[in-house]
Amino acid sequence: MDSNILFFLLAGTILLFSVLTVTTRRILRAAVYLLFVLVSTAGLYFMLNYNFLAAVQLTVYAGGIVVLMIFSILLTSHISEKAKLAGMKQSLLSALTVVAGAILTIILLMNHQFTASSEPAVSPDVQNIGRHLVSYGENGYALPFEVISILLLAAMIGSIIVARKESLAANVKPTDENPEK
Amino acid sequence: MAFNIYDFTPLTKSIHDSLSASLNPTATLAVEWLIVGVAYLLFVALFGLFLVYAERKVCAAFQQRLGPMRVGPWGLLQTIADFIKLLMKELITPKRADKFLYNLAPFIVIIATFMAISVIPFAPGLASFDFDIGVFFVTAVSSVSVIGVLLAGWSSNNKYSLIGAMRSGAQIVSYELSVGLALITMIIFAGTMQISGIIEGQRDLWFIFRGHVPAVIAFLVFVIAGTAETNRGPFDLAEAESELTAGFHTEYSGIKFAFFFLAEYINLFIVAAMATIVFLGGWMPLHFGQFEAFNGVMDLIPGLIWFFLKVFAVIFLMMWFKWTFPRLRVDHILNLEWKYLLPINLMNIILMTLVVLLGLHF
Repeated sequence: MDSNILFFLLAGTILLFSVLTVTTRRILRAAVYLLFVLVSTAGLYFMLNYNFLAAVQLTVYAGGIVVLMIFSILLTSHISEKAKLAGMKQSLLSALTVVAGAILTIILLMNHQFTASSEPAVSPDVQNIGRHLVSYGENGYALPFEVISILLLAAMIGSIIVARKESLAANVKPTDENPEK
Repeated sequence: MAFNIYDFTPLTKSIHDSLSASLNPTATLAVEWLIVGVAYLLFVALFGLFLVYAERKVCAAFQQRLGPMRVGPWGLLQTIADFIKLLMKELITPKRADKFLYNLAPFIVIIATFMAISVIPFAPGLASFDFDIGVFFVTAVSSVSVIGVLLAGWSSNNKYSLIGAMRSGAQIVSYELSVGLALITMIIFAGTMQISGIIEGQRDLWFIFRGHVPAVIAFLVFVIAGTAETNRGPFDLAEAESELTAGFHTEYSGIKFAFFFLAEYINLFIVAAMATIVFLGGWMPLHFGQFEAFNGVMDLIPGLIWFFLKVFAVIFLMMWFKWTFPRLRVDHILNLEWKYLLPINLMNIILMTLVVLLGLHF
């Protein structure tokens, strides 16, 4: 019963702030509402005893992505800026899409038979996760782990090259007159 | 009441038993949450005030002064008087500020601080949480507090605040890496992230001695990066008073300013407590393997006193930094992190892995 109260509290927070995120006209407030949604989701993971995923959610989303968003907003927009209200046609069409999507989802959920799995639960503790992440045998994730590492490395190198001040071509062929530049 | 200064488990158990004897489980849980919450509130408020007092005394000692001496014996009540003054101040909100975010920001900072402090064990049996991700949880939660700083700077609608917040954000986000990697080095050594497991692993000798070279390097990196993460001098350019009046909290007054102030000092405590837990054995007394007589004498001192002695030693070290070194420039700070601390840390992790694999530790 206790966990039910907590669940409804968290679910209510997620719903409320998800709606606020897309309806607010101030861009930084939208980022903050999104932060509340992400932190409440971490709360749901804590309720499921999936502590590791909850902490990852907090570090990566709340401490990483939202901070990045807030940083870029700080650099680009002014405090008095407000987004324009959507026009009549736009609001009508999007409301129609949302209602249709919601009805479709609800119908699918109502008609689907959810069956409880009879397999024994896998322990979500850190040691178990760590072992599976780097093992290459049964239930091992070594290959996806390495592939994602290479992808991230490539993304990092790419972003450094994009952010470089001098162009790459100038760097490949340094001119003799001005070697320092 | 089964009170025992060496182990608090009987005390907490007897409180739990007496509560559940007279109440149903839900009410017991609610009352226990209330007790724990009030205990943490009291601890944070009183300990924060004491740290402010300690900082002023330490600063005075480094500058050949006496520091606060007028209010109470040796000025002990000075910070309490200051706090009462802060509480009575008018709460001012700048006219063109984003009021919602302006009022929210101090709470984000203080909530993140409270969540980080919740996993720290003060003595055997005196911890509210102990789960398998302990150390990771502290770094995860403290990464949220930077959002409060950024919001405070932006929503104040003040140039100084905004510049202070940007500096503080860049600094905290970069130094988080070093703090995390230094902790990972020690997690490799301890083989667990659970705080009780880490402390138990130091029963024979503290990790900073057992892990010798890589552990000492990790400790130095952790203390430097931890000082930077709490925005303290010599890394305090987020609130460099000679350039930015007060940085991100320029526009805050009264209790809202007190929140930022308190959070800063409690973050200092958290960094010192993490250094204590991971490197200096937490509440574990100083033991030397097989010297039973020596260990017995050390065991006479309660864990609570061991913990706070070590925490104060680390806090004193960090105050020493603040009042000795001049403030760094922003590009120097970022250079220090990305060109020195981070590569040293990565090499140190490999060194530590070698030490653990080859069994070269004590």
